[in-house]
Amino acid sequence: MADWYEVCGLEDVPLRGSRIVKTGEGCIALFRTADNDVFALDDKCPHKQGPLSQGIVHDRSVTCPLHGWVFSLETGQAQGADIGQVKTTPVRVIDGVVQIQLTENTAA
Amino acid sequence: MTKEKLVVIGNGMAPGKVLETLLEEAPDRYDIIIFNAETRVNYNRIMLSPVLTGESEFEEIVIHGDGWYIENNITLYKGHKIVEIDKTAKTVTSEHGVVQAYDKLVIATGSYPFIIPVPGHKLAGVLTFRDLDDVHAMMLAARRGGKAVVIGGGLLGLEAAAGLQIQGMDVTVLHLMPTLMERQLDESAGYLLEKELQSRGINIITKANTKEILGETKVEGVLLDDGTVLDATIVIMAVGIRPNLHLAKDSGFATERGILVDETMQTSDPDVFSVGECIQFDNRTYGLVAPLYDQAKVLGKKLAGKPTDPFVHSESATKLKVTGVNLFSAGDFASGDDRQEIVLRDAAKGVYKRLILQDDKIIGVVLYGETADGPWFYQMLKEGEDISEMRDSLIFGAAYAGGGGSDPLALVAGMSDGAEICGCNGVDKGTIVNAITKDGLCTLEEVRACTKASASCGSCSGLVEQLLALTLGDSFDASAVKPICGCSDLGHQDVRRMILSQELKSIPAIMQALEWKTSCGCAKCRPALNYYLVCAWPDEYVDDGFSRFINERVHANIQKDGTYSVIPRMWGGVTTPSELRAIADVADKFEISIVKVTGGQRIDLLGVKKEDLTAVWADLNDAGMVSGHAYAKGLRTVKTCVGTDWCRVATQDSTGLGIQLEKAMWGAWAPHKLKLAVSGCPRNCSESTCKDIGVICIDSGYELHFGGAAGMHIQGTQVLCTVGTEAEVKEHIFALTQMYREQADYLDRIYKWADKVGYDYIRSVIVEDAGARKAYSDKFLFSQTFMQDDPWKERVDGKEAHHFGAPLIPKKIAETV
Ligand code: SRM
Ligand SMILES: Cc1cc2nc3c(=O)[nH]c(=O)nc-3n(C[C@H](O)[C@H](O)[C@H](O)COP(=O)(O)OP(=O)(O)OC[C@H]3O[C@@H](n4cnc5c(N)ncnc54)[C@H](O)[C@@H]3O)c2cc1C
Ligand code: SF4
Ligand code: FES
Repeated sequence: MADWYEVCGLEDVPLRGSRIVKTGEGCIALFRTADNDVFALDDKCPHKQGPLSQGIVHDRSVTCPLHGWVFSLETGQAQGADIGQVKTTPVRVIDGVVQIQLTENTAA
Repeated sequence: MTKEKLVVIGNGMAPGKVLETLLEEAPDRYDIIIFNAETRVNYNRIMLSPVLTGESEFEEIVIHGDGWYIENNITLYKGHKIVEIDKTAKTVTSEHGVVQAYDKLVIATGSYPFIIPVPGHKLAGVLTFRDLDDVHAMMLAARRGGKAVVIGGGLLGLEAAAGLQIQGMDVTVLHLMPTLMERQLDESAGYLLEKELQSRGINIITKANTKEILGETKVEGVLLDDGTVLDATIVIMAVGIRPNLHLAKDSGFATERGILVDETMQTSDPDVFSVGECIQFDNRTYGLVAPLYDQAKVLGKKLAGKPTDPFVHSESATKLKVTGVNLFSAGDFASGDDRQEIVLRDAAKGVYKRLILQDDKIIGVVLYGETADGPWFYQMLKEGEDISEMRDSLIFGAAYAGGGGSDPLALVAGMSDGAEICGCNGVDKGTIVNAITKDGLCTLEEVRACTKASASCGSCSGLVEQLLALTLGDSFDASAVKPICGCSDLGHQDVRRMILSQELKSIPAIMQALEWKTSCGCAKCRPALNYYLVCAWPDEYVDDGFSRFINERVHANIQKDGTYSVIPRMWGGVTTPSELRAIADVADKFEISIVKVTGGQRIDLLGVKKEDLTAVWADLNDAGMVSGHAYAKGLRTVKTCVGTDWCRVATQDSTGLGIQLEKAMWGAWAPHKLKLAVSGCPRNCSESTCKDIGVICIDSGYELHFGGAAGMHIQGTQVLCTVGTEAEVKEHIFALTQMYREQADYLDRIYKWADKVGYDYIRSVIVEDAGARKAYSDKFLFSQTFMQDDPWKERVDGKEAHHFGAPLIPKKIAETV
């Protein structure tokens, strides 16, 4: 069972920046692109667990701060020659409030 | 034995080449003395146009810096105009009264801009376009905005107009003839050019006859024959040049329109020669560099006493140096009964090509919009090649004629060895290919340095690269022009130039103006652009944290487990008990996993959680410590040794000097990390000889080093120079740092940059040119006034708090899906 959870106002996530959301199954990185789209991905790079939230956001991608892998924010897929995928979490913005969809035990 | 005295009047491009040839052939034959009316060294006059647009700096267009004259034992009198030549006594006299005897004399007085003697031509604000002073006058006028009227729609007038427009002026070009550049372009090409310039906002009036320049004391407007009045704050006269023959004429030499010379450049006096735009040969005078260099080589060899071919006239090709306008013309393009033409147009692409043929030979070429085949046509024109065999496909260019399909290399492959690649410096294909194979050259820069090909106006750079590709095959890596990243086709240097010339002051502005292919860049270009903007506009640009790598964004080094390391500055590696106590307290309070002495003479606190960073900094700040920028592409450490205070063999206060340097330079962003060291004597205990910039103290002063590295790449430094005082050390180091900051590609350390531009070139600016050194040093200090706020304190005080926001906790809402 999945429910929608409020996390913060859209303005609380810096443009081309990120915020971290704590959940029962580790941290989720919330990204806001230059075009005001919001994405949520696990804050853990499949390469060596780098914190993706600390990377550089460009277009709809983020570059991992540790070794520079690039991931699509939409699909979580590694771009270019690297192989890997980060789990994405459904996210929506309603009346300026960012909401993510979590299952009961993840949210805890 | 005393040497013969060779005196040269004028120090322009032509005599510069004469001397290069002479020194190559017979380095020790003469005592050489040059008198130049201009107060500067020899520079590339044709590059004044990009200086005016801001695409080049004067330093970049110097051909022979002061060091060159010293090295070659040449006396250069700057700002000395010669007012008299006494042929009988064999002396020249300068306007300051210097009398110099000669055995051989070269007159190279060039030409001067013609000024139409209409009423008002002497008003303040009537300018010409000939030397650096003119460029400065135009740039100064442009700073106040306003309107410029350029009289003359030829090469010089249009380059001036384009430059002034880029500098922000409202520009009108007045041209007497119905189409622009009518001496080089036919009507169609002239029309395309006019349309292009007008679409850039340059107003063009053809068939315009200037009647009067209006104004009381300074220019206020221009009145045309037909009664039109144009407002103007400056007027540029670019209606043509006249050979500067007065000195020769008044001194009794044979002159007509120019100084008469024979095919060995000898004047009517057997010991006196003349080259350049001041001469008249075979009833012709000259206004482009290529034939002047031919003359210069003839004279250089002759003066060296070597056999030489006579100078012969040959057709010159013309290009317009306005960025984004491609045109090429050569030869004679008037129509005639005995002539045929081949024309190709592509309106959508704005391409127009026309060849003029006579007796199955090309006698004229006009290309607009697409000019890659220009040199190929030009070569056939010069060699008088019979084109009847390939006539049908000729206009489509070398790629088709050679049967090479659309392979761009077919063009250069099809050229003969004698084909001229670089018109400015007269370098042919054979010479370049030979240099590539013999000297093992691999990059455009190396070919430039070694052969001079593409070293002047640069328009043949593409051809030279194709030659590299052709000669080296797959091993040629066009890294010289590698785009900054996949988001753009432009290289780092192009981007840097455009930021300045187009005054681009934000990342979005750069991406828009330079047509970035992605909407907001990538992790490669964004940090580079952010740095270029910080460097270009230190007082205006607001740093964009989101374009910085995480370390620079949060002013700490990220570790493999996502924690951070914190390294405070320890000036020159010197600390105090109270600082150490504060570091110990911080380590205890925040349960810091490990305290380590770094390789850079300071202490690292590792394993700090991101949410603790601001609190850690607050405590360190309270004890008087600031960020050590251990994360920065910028000034890192200045290592020192104990110096005269303690060491029994030290020669200077190396510790004190290191601390002074670190205090003056901390906070400076740079293309890459910048590490310094000061050692108290040549035993070199602070390892100065493997730092980006190193100082080794010696009895008589300080030996300055640069270009070292000891990371993945180990490289000893080279000596920059030796100076006597601490003040000089600082000025040299600040200047070198600023030159590096302004010129290097992002992520090139000093040694990489120096490998690209040449260690000697850097020395020639920083050591030999006191003016340039002072200017760079001043710019560095100016920039530093905006950089020395401790980033830790700023963030403790709340700056960019969003980078340190606490983790969010999700809150369930009513709706269930
Ligand atoms: C902490 C320190 C090691 C130590 O424990 O001593 C260190 C740590 C790192 N060095 Fe270093 N270097 C440290 C002194 C050096 C030195 C010695 C020196 O400065 O005298 C060198 C060789 C000298 C030189 O730079 O030429 C050095 C050559 C490098 C290089 C290779 C640079 C090169 O141009 O080849 C890198 C990689 C890079 O920068 O791209 C590097 C990169 C790194 C990075 C930043 C790795 C990275 O990219 O994340 C390490 C960060 C660890 C951290 O978070 O603290 N580090 N590093 C030293 C910090 C000095 C300081 O006080 O600021
Ligand atoms: C803005 C601009 C753009 C140009 N673009 C191009 C181009 O794209 N392609 C091209 O081929 N050509 C171009 N040219 C033309 C080219 O620069 C000249 O053909 C070339 O510089 C002439 O060289 P020179 O040595 O004959 O004379 P100059 O370079 O004019 O040198 C003459 C020197 O002699 C000095 N002098 C004069 N009288 C005396 C005296 N009595 N005593 C002492 N010194 C004296 C002068 O001060 C001057 O420094 C351009 C020119 C300008 C101004
Ligand atoms: S040498 Fe390598 S492992 Fe050691 S600190 Fe430097 S970068 Fe890290
Ligand atoms: S941990 Fe992300 S790229 Fe290595």
